Amino acid sequence: MSAAPLPQGGKGALELDGLTKRYGDERVVDAVSASIRPGEFFSLLGPSGSGKTTTLMMIAGFVVPDGGAIRVDDADLTRVPPQRRGLGMVFQNYAIFPHLNVFENVAFPLRARHVAEAELRVRVQAALELVRLQRFAERYARQLSGGQQQRVAIARAIVFHPSIVLMDEPLGALDKNLRYEMQVEIKDIQQRLGMTVVYVTHDQEEAMNMSDRIAIMNHGRIEQLGPPGEIYERPSNAFVARFLGEANLIEGTIERIADGQAELRTRDGVLLRAQVKRAAVGQAAALFVRPELLAFGAGAGNRVEGTVRRRSFLGSTIRTVVEVGPTTHLTIDLPNQGTGGGPGVGAHVTASWPVVHSQILLD
Amino acid sequence: MPSRSSLLLLPAFTMLALVFLVPLGWFFFHTLFIDTDPSDLWDQIASVLTSRAMLQAIVTTNWISLLVTATVLLMGYPIAYYLANHNGLRFTLVLFCIIVPYFTSIIVRTYSWMVLLGREGLINQALRHLGLIDTPLPLLYNQLSIVIGMTYVLLPYMVLTLFAAMKAIDRTLLLAARGMGASGPMIFWRVYLPLSRHGVISGALIVFILSIGFFITPALMGGPSDVMVAMLIERSVEITLDWAGAAVMSLFLLVVTLILYAIYYRVTDVRRLMGAT
Repeated sequence: MSAAPLPQGGKGALELDGLTKRYGDERVVDAVSASIRPGEFFSLLGPSGSGKTTTLMMIAGFVVPDGGAIRVDDADLTRVPPQRRGLGMVFQNYAIFPHLNVFENVAFPLRARHVAEAELRVRVQAALELVRLQRFAERYARQLSGGQQQRVAIARAIVFHPSIVLMDEPLGALDKNLRYEMQVEIKDIQQRLGMTVVYVTHDQEEAMNMSDRIAIMNHGRIEQLGPPGEIYERPSNAFVARFLGEANLIEGTIERIADGQAELRTRDGVLLRAQVKRAAVGQAAALFVRPELLAFGAGAGNRVEGTVRRRSFLGSTIRTVVEVGPTTHLTIDLPNQGTGGGPGVGAHVTASWPVVHSQILLD
Repeated sequence: MPSRSSLLLLPAFTMLALVFLVPLGWFFFHTLFIDTDPSDLWDQIASVLTSRAMLQAIVTTNWISLLVTATVLLMGYPIAYYLANHNGLRFTLVLFCIIVPYFTSIIVRTYSWMVLLGREGLINQALRHLGLIDTPLPLLYNQLSIVIGMTYVLLPYMVLTLFAAMKAIDRTLLLAARGMGASGPMIFWRVYLPLSRHGVISGALIVFILSIGFFITPALMGGPSDVMVAMLIERSVEITLDWAGAAVMSLFLLVVTLILYAIYYRVTDVRRLMGAT
């Protein structure tokens, strides 16, 4: 059973072309397309049930798509069985073989490729050094911590030098501090080896920290695709705005559009201005602005008045909720500068922000 | 820690003690310490255990038990694999075929094999009508028929034990192996079989333990030279009326069984097999 050699090396360009998967009547993945570049760290980010894991499983070959194509370096892999795709994969729960020690776990893909024993030893050692597990070669999974098991899974995914590595929520089971450490480590390994990574996560901070580009998924579709900064600052709709961190979305009606700016009348009658791409006068819309871009006091641009209803201490930030009108609440995040300042609950305040920081979103 | 809930076990335990432990203990005590002169006890035990008949029976018992265990394992593994990887109607049907004989009397099942395997049995008649043989094949009253009969009786124990072990295998490990480029045979030999090893060991032990004490099937289907330990005990009680000898042999069989059961208990998480967590 050692027919054609498994594909190795290559550049690692991955093309998803209209990938679709149906379970019954439900389209769990609906015409997903993306061109992932060689060496890119690409994340599929979305809530559970958004189709991100199914998309990854189709790339890996474990789920057969009902439509669309998967191409790696221009070779069509859509119908190629998983064991012939030559992709590295890190599973959510690591999938470490409990009956094999760390060395044999990492050696497994090389044994599948009939690599000679001497070369195998060298390559396993190198992979273990990369994840700093040289001293654990003889251990079994049950003798390792979560973070160490995670490293074994990574070493096993990269030991045969795949050009593309798929990761399915690899840090989901780790606690928060360790997660951040591992993010840095994975990113570092990815850059050193120059490999393409497709990374599935529901943690937006994780995706933003690591990714070159992020595809935000919802109901089986890509809602927006772009670099982290771009989708954070210029979300294309309310779902993306809300999913990537805190967002103020003030509903109202557009009264005027001129020079790429719109005037929006909130339900409480306040007139605000925002950047706009496509919208029509009279349309219902929402004004989007990130909480950390607002400031207390009367500045240039949009200005509102209201009463402080809640104040939350979040460590590095202090979050204040201001009631501007019966249906409009604004969240304002200020960095905690150790002065304990900021208005208290019940205070009457003015808040303002530059027009360039807000934009009109349609749903 | 005794609690009031352990009172629930009292009726069953009383029954077990009255009809099993007490008579058995009395039998051993009476034959070995009352009927036998205590100073002769060790000589008596040694002479029974080293007698030609007993040594022969021990060899035969072990040999047949090993053959049966191996046959049951080779037949049971594919069935258990099928069960572990199917559900719905096909799962139910196969499971039904495995379980139903389990509920049928062992004597009925043994006699039906004799109907099939005898000199004038269905198999020999069919082969003769087809012109494949002239004289009947010796299918009954030999080790072959013992192994066939015992395999049939013991198969469910193996299948159910293996099935439980296979169901516990994490499917993502198999996916991971495939994703890493492993072929089907490599996944089986390097991942699946090692991960089902506990089931193989437990199943083999339980089948072997049951085999060494087997009586009805070898007694009915075996030949005159295929005497297993349990049959020797029966002869001592019924025919030669050597109760002391029977007691020594029974005790020996009991001790061996308990030792094997202790090993079985060590390698098998009995509580997990029974569904407790």
